[in-house]
Amino acid sequence: MEVVTTKTEVTTNMATTKNKIAMQLKDVSVAFSGRTAVRDVTFDVEEKKVTSLIGPSGSGKTTLLRSLNRLHDLTKGAVVEGQILLGDTDVYNDKLPTTLLRSRIGMVFQRPNPFPTMSIYDNVVSGLRFNGIKKKSLLDEAVESSLIAAALWDSVKGRLKNGGTTLSGGEQQRLCIARALAVEPEILLMDEPTSSLDPISTKAIEDLMGELKNRVTIVIVTHNMQQAARVSDNCAFLLMGDDRAGELIEFAETTKIFNNPSDPRTLDYIQGRFG
Amino acid sequence: MQTKEPGLHGSSEVAERVSHSATSDRPYKIVLKGAAFFFGAVVLIFVWSVLHAAWPALKQNGYHLITGTSWVAGGNGPFGAFSLILDTLITTLIALLIAVPIGISSALALLFLVPPKFRTLGASLVELLAAVPSVVYGLWGLWYLTPWLSHTVQPFLAGLTGSNFPFNGPQEGFSLLLAGIVLSVMILPTIVAISRDVISVVPADLIEGGLSLGATRSQVFTKVILPTSKIGIMGAIVLGAGRALGETIAVAMVIGSNIQMPHSLFSTGGTLASTIATEFGDASGNTGAALAALALILMLITASVNAFARVLTNRAKASA
Amino acid sequence: MTDLLTQLPPDPIYDRRKQIQERAAATIRRRTFLSRTYIATLMGCFILALIPLGSVIYALINKGIAAVSWTFLTALPTQPNLVQQDAIGGIGNAILGTIVIDLLAGFVAVPIGVLLGLYLSEATSRVANILRAITEIMTGLPSILLGVFAYEYVVVPMKQFSGLAGVVALGVLMVPVIAKSSEISFRGVPSTLREAGLALGARDSKIAKSVTLPVAAPGVITGVLLSLARAMGETAPILLVVGASGVWDFNPLHPMSALPLLTYNYSGSQYPSQRAAAWGVALALVTMILILSLTARIVSARMRREKR
Repeated sequence: MEVVTTKTEVTTNMATTKNKIAMQLKDVSVAFSGRTAVRDVTFDVEEKKVTSLIGPSGSGKTTLLRSLNRLHDLTKGAVVEGQILLGDTDVYNDKLPTTLLRSRIGMVFQRPNPFPTMSIYDNVVSGLRFNGIKKKSLLDEAVESSLIAAALWDSVKGRLKNGGTTLSGGEQQRLCIARALAVEPEILLMDEPTSSLDPISTKAIEDLMGELKNRVTIVIVTHNMQQAARVSDNCAFLLMGDDRAGELIEFAETTKIFNNPSDPRTLDYIQGRFG
Repeated sequence: MQTKEPGLHGSSEVAERVSHSATSDRPYKIVLKGAAFFFGAVVLIFVWSVLHAAWPALKQNGYHLITGTSWVAGGNGPFGAFSLILDTLITTLIALLIAVPIGISSALALLFLVPPKFRTLGASLVELLAAVPSVVYGLWGLWYLTPWLSHTVQPFLAGLTGSNFPFNGPQEGFSLLLAGIVLSVMILPTIVAISRDVISVVPADLIEGGLSLGATRSQVFTKVILPTSKIGIMGAIVLGAGRALGETIAVAMVIGSNIQMPHSLFSTGGTLASTIATEFGDASGNTGAALAALALILMLITASVNAFARVLTNRAKASA
Repeated sequence: MTDLLTQLPPDPIYDRRKQIQERAAATIRRRTFLSRTYIATLMGCFILALIPLGSVIYALINKGIAAVSWTFLTALPTQPNLVQQDAIGGIGNAILGTIVIDLLAGFVAVPIGVLLGLYLSEATSRVANILRAITEIMTGLPSILLGVFAYEYVVVPMKQFSGLAGVVALGVLMVPVIAKSSEISFRGVPSTLREAGLALGARDSKIAKSVTLPVAAPGVITGVLLSLARAMGETAPILLVVGASGVWDFNPLHPMSALPLLTYNYSGSQYPSQRAAAWGVALALVTMILILSLTARIVSARMRREKR
């Protein structure tokens, strides 16, 4: 089987690479057993930026997010149409093993999900081990680097052998972020990562994102539009249409969405007229 | 008959209030307690009856009951059940070695691999295995497994090891190996059903988390799902072992009648349970008490195993 | 532009990413192969697990039907001898015996078992916990031990084998099974319903009668029927105590015949005719068990539907 490599890995150390596109979505739609959940989504995800997906519940933001790393492959009857490009690679290209794809696109979930039988150390390196990396030096390096990036290193460096679930909720979520980062993905998907956390942990993670985006491109789904305003550079607003399918209403820089949106429906949402 | 236990804490809270309510209902409580304590008393009498019947043999043989190897059916002793205990452990071990990997794999297959529309059918089929009475398994083992073992499996195994241990010695058709195989089929439904229950509550979050890190499906099974369900699966295994230890009739029908120190897996022999069944009819003299002593040993072993299984399942439920 | 490139410090993240991707790509074939093999093995094991079932069912149908006939099912057994090796007669009284013993055991076990289950579902004291542990352990106890118990306490005093001893053994077998499944059904009654009864000032017994019991009924009844089905197939508890009988007999105080016992005895008989007939007996037994189990499912499904 051919392994398709991509040309995106090229340019991370060039500070001049603004506006480089990490992922492209073209006319993407997702349907479950014939019922469309989200449709007609077209936008570009800028590299090293935070792109947020906002909208009321049912607008398909999470469905859209999960189509980016092919999580819908697990659902029988799920059909993803349109084109999703990671750099030059078609994400739904059958020649690319999903395991390799997912090592390039990481994910953080709504509720922290550290592996309960693994220590903190093992949790962080689990992704590396899954991908065949066993060299202790590489693993140790990755542990330190990712835990620092997740602002967790100082509090856990002395107890790496402790179980992953001995941490508080906010710490567990940062552990999951570190775990996702350890594989050095190009994209980090975040599905409402702070909705189950207290305000202090939420703020800690929001602060994190500002630094993380220098390392990975972030796409975040959030039902909290203030959060989107705080952390994201670009913003996609989705809304459920009359056919009960979500659609992309507007995609623009966050400042524009929140100060001067083009679509009246976006304005309504921002001003709080929707859920 | 695997049903979940919803509302566990809620109903006992209500129960506390119910039992302390001002409109206390003495006849009702007396009836309930009466039934419960009656059963408790029956259990005590049952335990006592076995102890009492075994007592003469205990006095006659002392600890030689467990360490001695002479067992002459219908005789007057001395009685030593060591070879029987060994046979019991060997057949149970064989049953576990076969049924545990196949059972856990089947549970995983049922939960994740079998197409959804066939899942209830598959589960029902495994349950059907549990509904077959043990005497029918014995009959099936007698008619279908014995020739297969004698003509195919046992010669093959003997060839593999050059007629060395554990596949040496004369092959008489009946054997510990045959009994172990029949037992494995009988405990399979238990292991599958309980493993299924335990594995099905592994949160989807964990599975998706593993996959989104780039794990292959087998890695998710072996590094995420199974470790998380480890304690519950151990409970399933111990319960299966408990069943195998106490299974009487099917074993009696295929293990042969010649009780001896097992020289190999091809030996005939008898387990604690099967010997009670086979020899009780002709028990004269001290044999009756000796058989009751076997019952006592069996009771102690299976009660402890079941209690241990209980501890494991409670621990698994607590951490879920 | 290029000299700018060479002047920049090396980016460890970029390097690491490249290393990781290279290693991932290098190992993907092996990992995918392992995964596919593992998954195939899982499915293979599942299919393997179904083979014995298929074999048993095939044997029952193939050999069982050959042995069965109307006379077989309704006549009394006869004793073959050297001259008339095939004169095995029928199993009618064994069918009767099985029904009698099982039903009587049910009469005894169901009230005690259901009440015990109700008690366990409501009580939280230490005594209750001990009883619960005992009940659970008893469900897993080898049934042959109950035969020993019934022998000591029924056969010996009565100085004869009897169906009654079988009833006692099977009854003790069934009580914990019924209690366990009833307890689960009772606990499944939403506490809100019981609280509503309390709020209305009802007594515990009234709550039990009008709320708990009706709601839990489908589960309890299924559990009872399934335990009857299980007891019907048990050989070990009755092997030691019911003796044998060749006549029609409703009286449990006499020795009785039963299907599982007959299967066991026939299977080891010296007469090939009886050995072959064992399959017919087995088929009759399995059929009766199946009917009971299916009835259990149908009844509970219907009751649940009526409850809406």
